[in-house]
Amino acid sequence: MNTTPSASANEWPLWEVFVRPKAGLDHKHCGSLHAADPKMALQLAREVYTRRQEGTSVWVVKSSDITASDPGDKAMLFDPMEDKVYRHPTFYPLPDEVNHM
Amino acid sequence: MYTQAMDLAPKEERKAVRTVEEAELEARFEARIDAGDFIEAKDWMPEHYRRTLVRQISQHAHSEIVGMLPEGNWVTRAPTLKRKAILLAKIQDEGGHGLYLYAAAETLGTSRDQMVDALHAGKAKYSSIFNYPTLNWADIGTIGWLVDGAAIMNQVPLTRCSYAPYARAMVRICREESFHQRQGFDSLLVMMKEGTDAQRALVQDAVNRWWWPSLMMFGPPDAESPNSAQSTRWGIKRLSNDTLRQKFVDACAEQAQVLGVTLPDPDLKWNAERGHWDFGPIDWAEFWRVVGGHGPCNKERLAARVKAWDDGAWVREAALAHARKQAAKEQAAKEQAA
Repeated sequence: MNTTPSASANEWPLWEVFVRPKAGLDHKHCGSLHAADPKMALQLAREVYTRRQEGTSVWVVKSSDITASDPGDKAMLFDPMEDKVYRHPTFYPLPDEVNHM
Repeated sequence: MYTQAMDLAPKEERKAVRTVEEAELEARFEARIDAGDFIEAKDWMPEHYRRTLVRQISQHAHSEIVGMLPEGNWVTRAPTLKRKAILLAKIQDEGGHGLYLYAAAETLGTSRDQMVDALHAGKAKYSSIFNYPTLNWADIGTIGWLVDGAAIMNQVPLTRCSYAPYARAMVRICREESFHQRQGFDSLLVMMKEGTDAQRALVQDAVNRWWWPSLMMFGPPDAESPNSAQSTRWGIKRLSNDTLRQKFVDACAEQAQVLGVTLPDPDLKWNAERGHWDFGPIDWAEFWRVVGGHGPCNKERLAARVKAWDDGAWVREAALAHARKQAAKEQAAKEQAA
């Protein structure tokens, strides 16, 4: 048995896959895969994530090109909206006659 | 199950000495687990949780990949074009499931190459079930009915696993797995209802050989499953080995009657008092033999995986070299234009 030890430096880069399930809907993240270049990433995304007509369009983005918020900043970023209930339509009870406004 | 070897590792003790900060983080983590929150890749997690998940998800992935081999044995000999197309689609799904799972494990900071190396070096396990041979065509239907049936039993609860990338992969897998089980039952049903006596005998022979190994897929009895308590606590494991095994026996006992086959267990009997089917003792010595590397096909399976990997090395290297060359060309063209 001859297993060649492989260094991670020789791994194909990682890509994130986004699929638009049908016309009119947003592309949605559905997973990741390894591929050598963008063209191969698209082909593999089709094989791995749309074997049952799950999509009408696919985006692939190199994982290393994504900038993400830090989970540690969750409170700082998102909690300030917690007490701004006036941003929601339900904050404004209106008379029954116009309540479907 | 596909990750039955999780039960085989010695009971892991958690680090006793922790810093105050670590203890606080861990308390917050435990509270999130208790509240039924999902944990995402970049969230803080105890090292032991991370390690347990890497082991479990990579074993699961290896099982999907090695699981392609026993079925691949019948691609060229499927009896009709329809059955061949179905079998190819199913094998492609197994490959896809392996890829979803490797990707989920990679979010925990391990690399694809590390996982593949561990499998090829014999350090990582895969399910014992794939170390049995597929001797006749009915084995393919039987694998769908029993092996994929057992897999679904185990995987449905994992869609609620606390580690979100794993849970999401399981949702996708479960959606596809149902086709696997149904096509298997359908294939056996055709042989039993429309086949010749010889074909019916093939089905019975396949069921006789796969029944007990399928029950072993759920792993050792609860009492001998040292890491179960912690995994259950963390929401990595949702139902115990014995609970799942009983559910599986109950379902199969009924389905066997529809099919018209006998399950090879003289003790299999409905127990009205328990509301379950009783079944006979499992040959755990066989289970340990197969897990320990001495099943009928262990060497063959691993050799096939290693050969595929080594033979494909030049393709992986060439694709990477091509991509680097193209990128360098583009870069040079940009610099020239600037």
